[in-house]
Amino acid sequence: MYYKLNTAEQKTILTERMMQMAWELDADRPIYAQLVERIRMQIVSGYYQPGGKLPSVRELAATAAVNPNTMQKAFAELERTGLIITQRTNGRNVTEDEELIAGVKQGMAREHMEVFFSKMKELGFTKEEIKALVDGEIMQNVKEEGKGL
Amino acid sequence: MNELVEIVGLTKAYDARHVAVNNITLTLPRGKIIGLLGPNGSGKTTLIKMLNGLLTPTQGSIIINGKYVGVDSKAQVAYLPDRTYLSGNQKISEILDCFVDFYADFSREKAEEMLRSLNIDPSTKLKTLSKGNKEKVQLILVMSRNACLYVLDEPIAGVDPAARDYILRTIINNYNPDATVIISTHLIGDIEQILDEVIFMRYGHLVLYTSVDNIREQHGKSVDAYFREVFAC
Repeated sequence: MYYKLNTAEQKTILTERMMQMAWELDADRPIYAQLVERIRMQIVSGYYQPGGKLPSVRELAATAAVNPNTMQKAFAELERTGLIITQRTNGRNVTEDEELIAGVKQGMAREHMEVFFSKMKELGFTKEEIKALVDGEIMQNVKEEGKGL
Repeated sequence: MNELVEIVGLTKAYDARHVAVNNITLTLPRGKIIGLLGPNGSGKTTLIKMLNGLLTPTQGSIIINGKYVGVDSKAQVAYLPDRTYLSGNQKISEILDCFVDFYADFSREKAEEMLRSLNIDPSTKLKTLSKGNKEKVQLILVMSRNACLYVLDEPIAGVDPAARDYILRTIINNYNPDATVIISTHLIGDIEQILDEVIFMRYGHLVLYTSVDNIREQHGKSVDAYFREVFAC
């Protein structure tokens, strides 16, 4: 018998792991841009909830093992786009504007789709064939999830 | 008063043929983590020793936080040398006593807290510690001071990746935002993600002083890769 972790336990383990590991960053692109992408991903995926509190610049810089000034620059960029909001006395929060978050999420999804479609076209697939492949992949996923649970 | 370090026409010649630092003029701001990078023998350690008043310049001057290098500047500069000056026979607690006596800005509580987090018992002698832990203890001593300039000469040489991460986090967590940290190293890839700016030195000359993001944006490569290009033999 395996002991199955409940979601709370999974989240704790995940959080601990994220705390210990310095963030993986590409060597050839500005660091702050990569921090922006990473935090934006954590917001749209719900790791940081709408209206939820964000760690301080210093905490998050230590977690990521990056310079606090760089993290500050990333936060400033996220603030500019409205995803995070600075309260004068109370640190930073994710925006409560769920429409804005959904919009950002859509935008990111569209970018992924564009990359996917251009790659598939490069491979020579027609639109119909791509659709069939996607449907097949979804069916496969559903089956595997069914087994796992 | 805004600039922290002002170096003007700085030269150190050991004799007529050995000029270790050659006419460097450089101004460093507050609140930055700055990498001092260059191949072996480029003059990094000589520059650092002049910043700390351990060597006298042949020519030129250094002003740190408005004061010429001397007793007043030393009280505000925390220095991690490339070789240890501590005695291995001393207990860590005795070294802490010494630092409390010596540096008005040293926080014993802060040092003890960091030692506790590493499970290092202050009653042990320094020489019984592993290489990695010795490095960590020395860094803890330096970072427990409330200085305006921290000068770290090769803080991550010869430690394992986990110890390196610990050391980098200790630097990030403990420097205050008005202070500047200068880190000399040739292990650029290991530390470049905590650097704001870099200084490249070669044959005692200042080759480049710029921000890390500038290098990445303009050249599309890491500081490490760019350094290899600039200093290719």
